[in-house]
Amino acid sequence: MTTPVLEARGLTKRYGRVVAINGSDLELYPGEILAVIGDNGAGKSSLIKALSGALVPDEGEIYLDGERVTFRNPMQAREAGIETVYQTLAVAPGLDIADNLFLGREQRKPGPLGSIFRMLDRGHMRAEARRHMSELGIGTLQNIGQAVESLSGGQRQAVAVARSAAFGSKVVILDEPTAALGVKEGNRVLQLIRDVRDRGLPVILISHNMPHVFEVADRIHIQRLGRRATVITPKSHSMSDAVAIMTGAAEPPPTAKA
Amino acid sequence: MGHAELLGLSMATATETATDFDVARNDSFGLRVQHILHGNPVLGPLAVLIVAIIAFSIVNVRFFSAANLSLVLAQVTVIAVLALGQTLVILTAGIDLSAGAIAVFSSILMAVFCTRAGMPGVLALLFGLAFGTAMGALNGFLVTRIKLPPFIVTLGTLTMFFSLNSVISNSETVRGSDMPSLMTWTGNSIPIGGFRLTYGSIFMLLLFGLFFYALSRTAWGKHVYATGDDIEAARLAGIRTSRVLFSVYTIAGLLYAVGGWILIGRLASASPNVGTDYNLDSITAVVLGGTSLFGGRGSVLGTLIGALIVGVFRNGLQLGGVEVVWQGFAIGLLVLVAVSLDQWIRKVKT
Repeated sequence: MTTPVLEARGLTKRYGRVVAINGSDLELYPGEILAVIGDNGAGKSSLIKALSGALVPDEGEIYLDGERVTFRNPMQAREAGIETVYQTLAVAPGLDIADNLFLGREQRKPGPLGSIFRMLDRGHMRAEARRHMSELGIGTLQNIGQAVESLSGGQRQAVAVARSAAFGSKVVILDEPTAALGVKEGNRVLQLIRDVRDRGLPVILISHNMPHVFEVADRIHIQRLGRRATVITPKSHSMSDAVAIMTGAAEPPPTAKA
Repeated sequence: MGHAELLGLSMATATETATDFDVARNDSFGLRVQHILHGNPVLGPLAVLIVAIIAFSIVNVRFFSAANLSLVLAQVTVIAVLALGQTLVILTAGIDLSAGAIAVFSSILMAVFCTRAGMPGVLALLFGLAFGTAMGALNGFLVTRIKLPPFIVTLGTLTMFFSLNSVISNSETVRGSDMPSLMTWTGNSIPIGGFRLTYGSIFMLLLFGLFFYALSRTAWGKHVYATGDDIEAARLAGIRTSRVLFSVYTIAGLLYAVGGWILIGRLASASPNVGTDYNLDSITAVVLGGTSLFGGRGSVLGTLIGALIVGVFRNGLQLGGVEVVWQGFAIGLLVLVAVSLDQWIRKVKT
């Protein structure tokens, strides 16, 4: 059996008397899209925040490639190779596509221009940005120097996903990437998620959209009452089964292995 | 009619398919202007400046003389330097009401250091600049650590600095002739043709060049824009936004102190009673220059133009025989028009 790329054991987070996650487990295997679904308040976001470093769990362990890791902030998770695209779209609307792709990771020119005058290597960053975008089949954006605010919702999402795919070396976490999009743009982003997986990066997809989850996910992690109820696959169960398990109307079946 | 509608509908669908991930185009003239201004926000202020210069030259031929234009530049130099610091703060979606207070207080400190404390000019200047920087850092500390809104922070420090200013100076003006020559050096000028360019103005232009570079060509600049644009997004992208904000307020403090130094040269004295209107003039220059008060949008080039617009209007209205009381009215009106324009440009649709 392969070791999971990312594994969580018994994660717990309490806010006073409220228990957000209650001993939750999670496994993400190489080359898969793992969807995480659950009713509101099931602890999805807290679980994901713990994995992306945005929240420090009270108890439990996280393993990356079998190694124990602890994240005190999102930067540490990012340095370990876990990239997260947040629902609130972490892009700076006024900056252009290339600037956004490299935001917080700007590259300076070699030599004294970069080290003393701190000059950015714009040409290099733009070329790299263009390469990353076209690798994911989003080369149709004609101008890499275009402000992100002039893009549609789907295009912005594409920029955010491209950034995570470009810099995430281990795991990409996508929080509701299709929530604000129309049908066509939603499908386009789903294809983007598959492209990311096919390039070898496992993806955790948090979504409320059952058709989208069943369309792209290899396995579906169902979160209920702060812990993992079970993991199913789109082949073994139907959407209504998933909803029934999610809401507690049906007994969760044993966890499906990758 | 029904047929045409059907045709329109099918055409719309076709366009949508073609532009699946491309950017849609608008064809209305207003939208195109909106787009051009959105892409090049300096064009609007530049047009205003050019029109104003032409108009005032027609009203009074003396306006477009080398001597008068030199005067306009000398008059706006202090405001421009303050507005440069103000631009940094406003780009982060903040506001600095203490700009004028820091400038004047720094100039008083410099004067006191080199007269009453008997320091050599260089030392007095450096200490003055250090104190200005510290005052900016205090603003930055309160904004980033105590997490108070910039408006409140700088309203508080504005009042404190002006009060300290009166205490330290005994409300007395220090004459330039009592100070080392370095303190008034910025007021000296070199003739270029008919122009008289002061060292202060040259220094001011160099500072604008420096910050134009820093904002557009360094990671720090990108972080300033990103922080002002959407602070949460910037934080999630891994930018240490508190550090960026702190650096901005601190650097702004240093710039205000430089403004204070130039002020001594301009007035040939250090007076505690000037500068009450410098705050609003610096904000006016920034806003007229097309920098958005909502942060993340604008440039120092725009601010330079904005400062020149203020200077050209004040000077031009004066030469045109408009009473001083009405000059403020005209500048205020200009600000309202500029902000309305900014709102309109912000609402740009793709």
